[in-house]
Amino acid sequence: CQAGEDYAGPARREPPPVPRPSREQKCVKCAEGLPVVVIRAGDAFCRVCFKAFYVHKFRAMLGKNRVIFPGEKVLLSWSGGPSSSSMVWQVLEGLSQDSAKRLRFVPGVIYVDEGAACGQSLEDRQKTVAEVKRILENTGFPWHVVALEEVFSLPPSVLCCTSQESAGTEEAYKAAVDRFLQQQQQQQQRVLGAEAGASPAQGEARLHPSHGREPSGTAGYPTAAQTEALSRLFSSIKTLTAKEELLQTLRTHLIVHIARVHGYCKVMTGETCTRLAIKLMTNLALGRGAFLAWDTGFSDERHGDVVLVRPMRDHTLKEVAFYNHLFRVPSVFTPAIDTKAPEKASIHRLMEAFILRLQTLFPSTVSTVYRTSEKLVKAPREGCAAGPSGPSCLLCMCALDIDTADSATAFGAQSSSHLSQMPSAEAGMPTQPCCAAGEGQAQSCHREVGKRGDARACITEQLCYSCRVNMKDLPSLDPLPPYVLAEAQLRSQRGSVSEEIQEYLITDEEEDS
Amino acid sequence: MAAPLCVKVEFGGGAELLFDGVKKHQVALPGQEEPWDIRNLLVWIKKNLLKERPELFIQGDSVRPGILVLINDADWELLGELDYQLQDQDSILFISTLHGG
Repeated sequence: CQAGEDYAGPARREPPPVPRPSREQKCVKCAEGLPVVVIRAGDAFCRVCFKAFYVHKFRAMLGKNRVIFPGEKVLLSWSGGPSSSSMVWQVLEGLSQDSAKRLRFVPGVIYVDEGAACGQSLEDRQKTVAEVKRILENTGFPWHVVALEEVFSLPPSVLCCTSQESAGTEEAYKAAVDRFLQQQQQQQQRVLGAEAGASPAQGEARLHPSHGREPSGTAGYPTAAQTEALSRLFSSIKTLTAKEELLQTLRTHLIVHIARVHGYCKVMTGETCTRLAIKLMTNLALGRGAFLAWDTGFSDERHGDVVLVRPMRDHTLKEVAFYNHLFRVPSVFTPAIDTKAPEKASIHRLMEAFILRLQTLFPSTVSTVYRTSEKLVKAPREGCAAGPSGPSCLLCMCALDIDTADSATAFGAQSSSHLSQMPSAEAGMPTQPCCAAGEGQAQSCHREVGKRGDARACITEQLCYSCRVNMKDLPSLDPLPPYVLAEAQLRSQRGSVSEEIQEYLITDEEEDS
Repeated sequence: MAAPLCVKVEFGGGAELLFDGVKKHQVALPGQEEPWDIRNLLVWIKKNLLKERPELFIQGDSVRPGILVLINDADWELLGELDYQLQDQDSILFISTLHGG
């Protein structure tokens, strides 16, 4: 590229020429515009075509998967970072389009303030949250700003998977679309029937039926004790890898809880294909191979009634960064738990560096890895009845699709050693106090477990292989939020009770004979 | 002999944290024997602007993978990447797409 040709001597121009005329290539789409960004295998796009391409990809992803029903409440999980900011922006633009193309779901936004886990000062956090709120106000969506500290007041029921069958089928989707169109027609007729002056306001109200800015999480900041407890928990963890995993787990639990409380059936996250490719490799290394389809697929139904959806999974981080820059998408930068960490500080960090370096040498690395994630099937192992009703990991909530009897695997070896250490709980323990979910009660309940034996074994027993490995990096499990400890105790009690009554139960086989 | 240049250097996406949190820098590059290109701009940045952990920004003679470079709001891949010759009043933007900046 000879950029200098036209400018003999220092050509003083202001503002600087954007874009430079010396680029020989033209946009691959319109063959007219000056290219500004190269995507995929050397395809140069101009600004206008890039925007169309980007928007189309987002809508195609939603259209292809048919998971979001019209009129459904969807919670956009926004971290302030580039990908989720771009996602919120796409939804915002999608809702302002003309009726034929308009997105038909009802969005709300959640922002989780993780400052305490990342060691931010209170002033910095307040500054960030103020900026976050300013941006959220401008979107006009209902929003929820919650501090991660709120995990200390979550009920144990967060960890129960409330199954919801039938949804997600093609017929159900079509029926929902029909119902929505009918409703819309009726509404329009009503609006037409009413006098004309009221219609714009009504349209607005229809768009955001639940516009109440519920102060659910926005009210008041977490207590100093909770902040202290959270930072104690995170500073006690020995490795950055385990910190990142626990942070993700707690954040997801909190978001799912808020979604349930406010009646959102879907949660959208902004994970791009670059991130998902990195996540796929990271999770393999973490021993989460069995759950890749849930961890990286388009939709993730592990929580039952609240489904996580990843509509940005066709976009690369480069596309996101360019789109956000070219079209001035507002975002908030907050230091993360791994900010300024060296490349080998955690498995996440290492895998990111590995994939991105490979990507510079082999530009199809990310897409190859990502395509693999698309092919993974979410079916339980044959002969294993692990479904929403089967046992699931206490922390990551994935179905424990394993054969515990098989001690040949690392997991089997772990399980049997833990099971033999596990003292059997007495039958007839009152389960009531645990369900009540009060912080103090849950704590006392946990102490009881401690008295009876190894609380750690009780929790570990209920974890998948990967979460067990992570929990090894916690010297003590006591600082975990009470809902985790309470649910662990509840499950182990349930387990021992059902074991005791097992011999009195009549199985199907016995009935037949 | 390349004449002295004035360029705007910007950092985003968290890359600014390695530069004392300052995003925008007006940079005056002195005249030198070779022409100013991105390659020797990076060397200059490492010596004069970068405040800490240079390995998180520069690797080898290029930027760390995951950091995007925009020259006058266009992808540097269109402009010859490291070999792009700087013009007076150019604006160079570095955006980190790495997790945590």
